Amino acid sequence: MDVLMLSRLQFAAATMFHFLFVPLTLGLSILVAVMETVYVRTGDEDYKRAAKFWGKLFLINFALGVVTGITLEFQFGTNWSEYSKYVGDIFGSLLAIEATVAFFLESIFLGVWIFGWNRVSPALHAASIWLVAIGSNISALWILIANGWMQHPVGYVIRNGRAELEDFVAVITNRFAVLEFMHTVAGAYILAGFFVMGVCAWHLLRGNETRFFKKSFSMAAAFALAFSLFEVVQGHMHGAEVAETQPTKLAAMESLWETTTYAPMYAFLIPDPANERNSVEIAPIPGMLSMLAFHTPSAEVKGLKAFPKDERPPVTLTFLSFRIMVGLGFLFVGVSLLAWLRRGTIESHPGLLRLLLFCIPLPYIALEAGWVVAEVGRQPWIVYGIMKTADAVSPLATGQVAVSLAAFIVLYTLLGLADFFLLVKYARKGPEPVARKR
Amino acid sequence: MLETIWFVLWGVLWAVYFMLDGFDLGLGILMPFLAANDDERRIIYNSMGPVWDGNQVWLVTAGGATFAAFPVTYAVMFSSLYTPLLLILFGLIIRGVSLEFRGKLDSPAWRGLWDAGMTVGSFVPALLFGVAFANIFQGIPIDGEGVFHGNLLTLLNPYGIAGGVLFVLLFLYHGALWLAVKSEGAIHFRAVAAAGRLWPAVLAIAVAFLVYSWFVTPLYRNFLARPALFVIPGVAVAALLLTRTFLLGGSLWKAWFASSLTILGVTLFGVTGLYPNLFPSKIDPAYSLTAFNSASSPLTLKIMLAVALVMVPVVILYQAWVYVTFRHKVSGKDLAYEEAY
Repeated sequence: MDVLMLSRLQFAAATMFHFLFVPLTLGLSILVAVMETVYVRTGDEDYKRAAKFWGKLFLINFALGVVTGITLEFQFGTNWSEYSKYVGDIFGSLLAIEATVAFFLESIFLGVWIFGWNRVSPALHAASIWLVAIGSNISALWILIANGWMQHPVGYVIRNGRAELEDFVAVITNRFAVLEFMHTVAGAYILAGFFVMGVCAWHLLRGNETRFFKKSFSMAAAFALAFSLFEVVQGHMHGAEVAETQPTKLAAMESLWETTTYAPMYAFLIPDPANERNSVEIAPIPGMLSMLAFHTPSAEVKGLKAFPKDERPPVTLTFLSFRIMVGLGFLFVGVSLLAWLRRGTIESHPGLLRLLLFCIPLPYIALEAGWVVAEVGRQPWIVYGIMKTADAVSPLATGQVAVSLAAFIVLYTLLGLADFFLLVKYARKGPEPVARKR
Repeated sequence: MLETIWFVLWGVLWAVYFMLDGFDLGLGILMPFLAANDDERRIIYNSMGPVWDGNQVWLVTAGGATFAAFPVTYAVMFSSLYTPLLLILFGLIIRGVSLEFRGKLDSPAWRGLWDAGMTVGSFVPALLFGVAFANIFQGIPIDGEGVFHGNLLTLLNPYGIAGGVLFVLLFLYHGALWLAVKSEGAIHFRAVAAAGRLWPAVLAIAVAFLVYSWFVTPLYRNFLARPALFVIPGVAVAALLLTRTFLLGGSLWKAWFASSLTILGVTLFGVTGLYPNLFPSKIDPAYSLTAFNSASSPLTLKIMLAVALVMVPVVILYQAWVYVTFRHKVSGKDLAYEEAY
């Protein structure tokens, strides 16, 4: 393997591992903030215990999210130095704004929240978890504006041999980035909702603290349902934007080889990239793809063959990841709707509870698959249409990157296992018993 | 002008990072020598508990500012310092996780594992930051394409190692003072005694480093051109001398502030000496990356300056508020607190 391939793998490993922790941070911080706010406003001790219990799981998860995020910021310099030189004028500033505007807020107030239960007023304490939630979500916004610029570059001019900023407002109001942000955070909220429902399900199946877990469950079910529904509509809008701006990605997502009007969508197909066709195509819905992508059944959709071979992304991986993401997305609507409808008597639906327990990993798979669609589907471009990934890599020795990739994999695997072990342990332990009033 | 302002900001961001995370890193290294039992180790963890995460963000900001203001320097600096930088990041990952995970299980083996992680994860970044900056001060073997001609051993030359030792000792001293401020009882007296014993070593290496720099780096060129700048290393040394007075007089907060000023002064001494270079080439000065030939466009620099001028003071305000809120000594009550490390 060469430096390019090793660097791709290293970036994929570091990013996908980081993103195992980010979505729960984004969503659970909001749920904990809501719980603590309910406690402060009503004095209901169950919500204080809930904020502490879910907050503990939040912290175990956050620990790995934050430290693995730091390596990502530096990886653009270590492994993608040509990229950094070429687009740093725009991309670098977005990362720097993220740090000053959001990351400080999140990290500093998290310290207040952990250590401040007895040292600041209850209202200020609740405010600190809100600031953590707001900080981490704003952080996601800036990161996705940066990624959105790689997907659909705007507001720049090629000058002095690099991409220079021309219109800052255009960059931060990039429609693609805004849609990508909404799509990602909604996915994160779904994940957090399913995580909370799943842990509640484990306890409700055992009859532990039924009243306590039903309160958390109802909140999480509403959260998961609202954002699952939102995601269907939003995902469609995001897909239409991809059709508009990234025709090669769209063609790979659907494994569409020939440019056609009335493009169909197949219920089942198997891509055959070697022969530039699909080996199996079953149950076409005529005009459906044209309809979804451009809102008219007669619209022409560009096929992969309309683009030179060296400008097409890996088809099978993009196609499969897209199908997995969309399929799971619809499943989340159904399951969260069921959970929400039965929230009042949820303890007497063991089948549904067991299903919810097994659903915990699914949003993780959906979100990682979504990132594969976004990033693999953008290939061979690192910045769509203006810079190829192959031209972006640092002049490193193969051995250096091979060793660092191995070190990443070993370290992250061990830390990931330790984190998983602690999450399971504390999730099973349940909330602290109610303090006896004297 | 914009480039120069950003050069100064760049130096200040790194200096503030070393000042703030310096005591966390130093304490992580000192822990096995200062703490005799689990409670005392917990006092050390909890003394930095509410603040370490925020301190670490200054590194992300310093890195981000390098990327935003001087993208070419960011690209060449971090790709040529590939191995040391990744070792630093692995160290910081292990350090951060150790802080969060250690207290989550009541088992000596588990805690011992993360205690080791804490110490190694603090030592490696402290040492390698010093090695890296000392090498930058004396020039890095990069060619005109920004390709690094050397390896990790190239960086471990005598001056580089001197820089590493200087950083470790400064951070140890800074950490001992922080623990002295934040603790009571036996460990407090041990921290004060450790600071007292470290001081002569810190002073000796700091002075030696300043003299050594005269012979092997061009850092003094700017100071000789503008002698008023000598106030920077002057403040660093004076502050270091003052820490001794404060320490002997029992004014521990003042000693810690003076030690902070020492770290700021030492970092800014190097940064001032570098100007206008950010990443000088040892092969040919023409290959050096400067504040001018590696900068972003004027528009980006202006926008980022506006962001920095608005946001950095706000951050300093709320971070200072957190330091004040959690200024108390870590006591038995804090160890009994259920969310404590």
